[in-house]
Amino acid sequence: MERSVALIAIFAALIAALGLLPNLMLTSGVPITAQSLGVMLCGTVLGAKRGGLAVLLFVGLVALGLPLLSGGRGGLGVFAGPTMGFVVGFPIAAFTAGFVMEQLRSLPVGLAAGIAAAVGGILVLNIFGVAGFMMVLNKSLIETLTVFSVYIPGDIIKVVLTGLITSGLARARPASVLSRTE
Amino acid sequence: MISLTSPVKTAAHGWPAGGKLALLCAATLVLFAVDGAALHLGFLAATAVLYALPGRIFLGAGLKRLFVLWPFVALILLWHLITDDGAAGATIALRMVTAVALANLVTMTTRLSDMMTVVRWLTTPLRRFGVGTQSIELAMALVIRFTPVLANKGQALSMAWRARSVRRPGWRIVLPFAVTAIDDAEHVAEALRARGGL
Repeated sequence: MERSVALIAIFAALIAALGLLPNLMLTSGVPITAQSLGVMLCGTVLGAKRGGLAVLLFVGLVALGLPLLSGGRGGLGVFAGPTMGFVVGFPIAAFTAGFVMEQLRSLPVGLAAGIAAAVGGILVLNIFGVAGFMMVLNKSLIETLTVFSVYIPGDIIKVVLTGLITSGLARARPASVLSRTE
Repeated sequence: MISLTSPVKTAAHGWPAGGKLALLCAATLVLFAVDGAALHLGFLAATAVLYALPGRIFLGAGLKRLFVLWPFVALILLWHLITDDGAAGATIALRMVTAVALANLVTMTTRLSDMMTVVRWLTTPLRRFGVGTQSIELAMALVIRFTPVLANKGQALSMAWRARSVRRPGWRIVLPFAVTAIDDAEHVAEALRARGGL
């Protein structure tokens, strides 16, 4: 119990701390933040339940008014803005990534984490992101997808990194990668 | 840890947080239910008056926080000018800015401790199902405490990288960063258990 609470809290803090790292720039000029990398890692490292709770805790604190999102954003305004779908989808994306990770125990850790991150962090997260964008800005699906397609290369990079980092963690701290040990 | 609450004391700081949140919900529902550019211009003007009431410093802080929306406003207006539907574009942009501004207003006038009280009240029904709500509060406190700690450790890692390499520290520091975080979590868990546990 203590271990679960500590890991959930520290991973929520890790997402916030990753948001403070300077943005990486793609050659196309689209910024990619490390924050959604943190969301994917929560799922692939902590598993569905704890990973989802860690991200839910992070999103909850953003709603209460802490500036934890990248760029120092936070507060209730985030949930009324055009990117609200992503923030709302974060916990579900982490849960899905964790769930997929737990189903793929027979695969090597890195590969399983990559697949899990792609399903949770790209597919599920973008469904929420697109829905939020369509709702707030009253756009059609095609219009929204045109805007979002520029972020896909960055998402793919993050999926590969999630696989590499999760397999690194499984070697460095095998007992703490809860998605594999329990 | 910095929070987004305004340093300028307003009358709204004293209002109950739950009431402000309920008002915000109602206002947002109205915003998304009605159409018409003129109406939404009126809503935005009314919101601007609310921002201006506590004084210039408060207004400045509020405007700075809204500034992040400009790429979206530009995108919408441009899009609707191309598709020749300027009125609809103006409605969407005005509605978005007003909705975010009102939500920010609640965040700016509500202290974190008051928000926590609302959370405690909202999570009370969970106790019936055997969920320990005190561990939620402990976890929240841990995040607030450990975000600056982890940020410092991340900075130390990137400085250590710079001392050894001419290239920028990229994703390669995320793995040692995550290992540090996991070690911290295990230490915290041990300390909690040593003090009687949850």
